[in-house]
Parts: sequence; C-alpha cells; structure tokens
Amino acid sequence: MQQVFTRPASLKDVQTHFCPGCHHGTVHRLTAEALDEFDLRKKTIGVASIGCSVFLYSYFNIDVVESPHGRAPAVATGVKRARPDSFVFTYQGDGDLAAIGTAEIIHAANRGEDITVIFVNNTTYGMTGGQMAPTTLVGQKTSTSPYGRNLEKEGAPVRVTELLSNLDGVAFAARVAVNNPRNLMDAKRQIKKAFRYQVEKKGFSFVEVLAACPTNWGMSPIEANERVGGEMCDYFKLGVYKNTENL
Amino acid sequence: MSTIEIDELRCKGCGLCTITCPKGLIELSDKINNLGYTPAKFDASKGKCTGCALCAEICPDVAIKVFNE
Amino acid sequence: MTKRLFVRGNEAICLGALEAGCRHYFGYPITPQNDIPEFMSREIPKLNGEFIQAESEVAAINMVLGAAATGVRAMTSSSSPGISLKMESVSYMAAMEVPCLIVNISRSGPGLGGIDASQGDYFQAVKGGGHGGYHIIVLAPASIQEMYDLTMLAFDLAEKYRSPAMILGDAVVGQMKEPLAPRPKPDTELIEKNWALRGTGEGEQRVIKSLYLGDGELEAHNWKLHAKYSLMKEKECRWEESHTDDAKILVTAFGSAARIAKTAVAMARDEGMKVGFLRPITLFPFPEKAFRDATLRCKKVLDIELNTGQMVEDVRLSVARDADVFFYGRPSGTGSLPTPEELFAQIKKYY
Repeated sequence: MQQVFTRPASLKDVQTHFCPGCHHGTVHRLTAEALDEFDLRKKTIGVASIGCSVFLYSYFNIDVVESPHGRAPAVATGVKRARPDSFVFTYQGDGDLAAIGTAEIIHAANRGEDITVIFVNNTTYGMTGGQMAPTTLVGQKTSTSPYGRNLEKEGAPVRVTELLSNLDGVAFAARVAVNNPRNLMDAKRQIKKAFRYQVEKKGFSFVEVLAACPTNWGMSPIEANERVGGEMCDYFKLGVYKNTENL
Repeated sequence: MSTIEIDELRCKGCGLCTITCPKGLIELSDKINNLGYTPAKFDASKGKCTGCALCAEICPDVAIKVFNE
Repeated sequence: MTKRLFVRGNEAICLGALEAGCRHYFGYPITPQNDIPEFMSREIPKLNGEFIQAESEVAAINMVLGAAATGVRAMTSSSSPGISLKMESVSYMAAMEVPCLIVNISRSGPGLGGIDASQGDYFQAVKGGGHGGYHIIVLAPASIQEMYDLTMLAFDLAEKYRSPAMILGDAVVGQMKEPLAPRPKPDTELIEKNWALRGTGEGEQRVIKSLYLGDGELEAHNWKLHAKYSLMKEKECRWEESHTDDAKILVTAFGSAARIAKTAVAMARDEGMKVGFLRPITLFPFPEKAFRDATLRCKKVLDIELNTGQMVEDVRLSVARDADVFFYGRPSGTGSLPTPEELFAQIKKYY
C-alpha cells in the first residue's frame, strides 16, 4: 500500500488547540504544504499575530516571531528588510488585520513589501470569546452585537481583499474558502501562487481565507461549514482579485 | 483497493469528513475518545474506497491517512 | 588626531549609530527629533541599509522589532508623544528580550504639550513606560560628545543584556551644536546571537515570543528578567561626579538640566562654597551606590530637574538614611528653562 496523503513536513506532528470544525487547522496545513512545495521551511520566518493564530510556532516547524496585536505586517517588514533572502509570511485573523492592524496592512501592502499575508476571516474575534469584528456580517449576533450587527451604527463588513486590490503595491490578492473540496483545492492553488510571488520576488501577496468558527457562532461544525459556503460567500465573493504577473 | 486510517486520538469529531466522502463510508462513532469527542470511523463494508483523499483534505486536524494499492 | 566635527546632538546620535553598525532605521516625523530621520534617510541608503518612514510610530517600532529579531542593529527615534505610542512594543521587546535602540528627544508635555526641553518622561523611561512590569536600559547624555558615545554604548549594552536601550535626551541636547570627536567604535566583545531568527536551516526552530501560558512558565520568565535587571544594577551604573570629597551639599541633575546645574556649581565653588556634583549617566540602572557612598559623607542633596520631581524619588531611595534631599524643578513649557543664577540661588538656600 502506498500512502497518498501525508502531513506536510513543515507542520509539526502535534495536536492543535483549535475547536472541532475550526478551519484554522486546514489553513495551517495548506500553508505548510505551500512551504513544502517550494522547499521553504528552512529559510522561512513566520510572523504570528494575536488571536487563535498566535500559536503558529507550536504548529509550524519554522522560526517564528510573535507580534503585537495588528502589527504583524510592520514586524514582517522589519524582518524582510533585514533578511531579504528569507521567506516571510504573516498569519492573521480578521480582528487583528482588519481592525487594530488596518494601518499596518494598508501601508505594508502599499509599499509593496515582498511578504505574503495569510488572512483568516471568520467574522468574529475567536480567542476572546466571539465579539463583533469588522468583518461580522450585518445582522450577525455576537457577544458584543447581541441584537445583530447594525448597519446604521456599525457600518458594513469590511471587504479587505477588494480594499487592498486597489493599491498599486499589491501584486497578488485572492479570496478563497476551505468549506468544500472544490473551494479547498482552489485555496491550495492560490496560497501556493501567493508564495510563488514572494519566491520570485514579485511583490506583496495576499490571500484571504473564509473560515468557520463553530464555537463562537454557536453552530455545529457542519452548520458552521455551511454558513461559510452560504452567507459568507454571498457577501465575501471568492476569486482572484489581482494577479499582476499572471502566475 | 484503497483505504483510510483515522487517528482516533487526534480526531475531534467535527464530522466534516462524513459529509465529504463521496461514497458515504465515514460516520461518527458513538464511542468517546480521550479528548471527549466522538471520532470519525471508516466503514469499509458500506462500499469501496477510491482513495480520493477528500476526507483527508477537508480534515482540519490532519487526522486521516490515505493509502492506495 | 581624530577630526573634530561641529554638529547637532541629533546628528551625533546618527553618527554614533552608524559607527556602531546600525543600518536599519525606522521612524516617523515629530519635533524636535526630525534631524534624525532626515539624516538617516540621506546616509543609510549609501551604506546599503534600510530606512523606512513608517505610517506611524507604532509601525516604526514594530519594524524595529522585526529587524532586531533577526539579529541586526536596529533603531527608532521619536519624541515624547511618539514614545508613548511606541510603548506597547517596548514592553513586548523587553519581554521577548530583543535588543534595539530607542531615542527619545523628549519635549514638553503632558499631551501635545510643546516642543521645548523637558524631563517629564523620566518616569516613563526608567519605570517601564509600558505594561507588565519591566525595565529597559536608559542613558542620559548631557553633551553632543555623549550623544555620540552613549549611542554606541547603548547598542553594546542592549546586545549584552538582550534588552531595548533608550537614549533619553531633549530639545536642548538634541538641537544644539557642539564640537564632536567621532571616535571609532569601542572594541567590544562580539556576542553570538544564538537566539536570532534566520530560518531554521539545519538547526532547531527558534521562537521569539512573549506569551507564556503554561503553569509556572511566565513566573520563571519574569524572575529571569528580574535577575537581568539586578545584574545591570551591579555592573552597568555610570555617573559623573566632582568635588564630592569635601562637599557640604551635593547637587544632582541629569541630561540638559545637569549642564545648567554644573554651571551653578562652578559659580558656587568660585565663591568658596563646598558644593559637589553628581550626574547619573545611566538612569536605569540608577547609580544607587554612588549616591549612597557620597551621602555617607555629605548629608545634603539638591536634586534639580526640568519637571516637578521625578528622579528625586530614586535619589531619595538611594541616599544614606540620614541625608536630606531637597528638590528644585520647574514643569516644562516655553520659558521654563532655569538659568544658572536661578539654580545658584537654590544652592545658597540649602547650603
């Protein structure tokens, strides 16, 4: 018998702390597969952010620096400028990147830093207990929007990939999901493509991954998975928004 | 002949593999594992595994190994 | 003989940093330290280094964090309100043990305050201005030569102790010009940075972090940091002292205030008064022993600051228990810089 599916070498063989049905585990694996694909593990410096994503160093067998909440793109800028031949990526959630870290992501993208950003959007602050995020959908109930997100008072959810695509510094931007095999295979392709941009020194690359947070959504893993393919994909349209080099 | 191996100790019983298997060969067990979850189990008697590996791809916990002849 | 230059304090810091091997500068404009990013934006590209004018002070200090985590000498500079913004990451870097240089050419406050000299940031600098309980190395230059020398020392100490280091200056020492002898970098022992991130290569994973959730982990980490601060206090205190042997009163001040105080002390000595002078150069670690030793003989201390009393608390904690500590200071603001005559009158008052 030949083993046809194996754990990527860049991913440690350990149990994760993620809840059942949380897509972080899947995004971790796809990211690790992309590191393996380009043989990057030994030259990679990962930048962890604050949230459920902080334990990057526990799961990836790579060098990692932690960054303060939202600051990962600035930290990654410093790392990459000091070590231009290292492979540098940030892994950030939507509270981290789209709220407190808005300035850092916009300006790192606008400078066209040669880094890759993996942005996991689950429409909530997961680690702190499911508070409203900038990406929370209108009407979505969270622990700080108990009556549902109010468009009048709280504005519309931020579409980060579209926003960043408008910046000249961004070379590649895509939004993907991992809720079903078809989306997942595309997510795998786009993450690899984003990494290829950096490997070929073609500039800033960005992948937004729509992800489930069953625990904080108050749903079963299967219901949460369906929500990703349903109302999340309806509002946050999947696709490649920018691919300047047609890689 | 293909087959899969589910790591019962890693499985958190999310069930995503059960809805992904095109042949419906995976279901959640009624036994509880050491994490307190009911892990997925593979039932080869229900049909023929093609080794498509979609179960392993969808698994957030990398708890499934896939083997092909 | 070394060629002498006539430069501003802010430029002396840049020259010192470049001589110390710093090639990574990240900053954001704020008065009165703009000479620093302007100088660095001009000179660093010629040396194949990296200069970024960041989107904010917050981003700048985090760029420093990232670069310094790979083991290069990296720095940022700002002034009081900007330093407040940087404090989040200073706490992180103290926790993560990432060496770097932060320059505070402080201005008057609180709030937006003004752009004149002030020593209102003493507490913020030496007591750990961010959250969680930590210290960083703080050096207080009082001349343009010291702006240069202490910048080089700050990088060495930062690496030796794996800690952020700060130069605490102000608008006076930052913007005035004095002759500078740009000495070569001292021949310090190179410390192997076996913690620096570089990609694992064939080695083990390296992680730079501040999150410790396991039972006992964070307490152990904090005891380790505490031991480091104790070692700094033991090994790294630096101060300038004169006429302490026969002094009836000891005048103390740091940074630009010390320049004015020193003139007042000279005026008193000219009149035959036995006045000593003690100037802390390291504000953290504070030269506690120097104060204790001096006040075993001299029982009166007059502390002078450009604020309403900050360093005086450390002076009181350090002196012999039967010594009296007096204070004279004025809060910052245009026109509040004391004259030597004004300070001389204070010396006479307590003599």
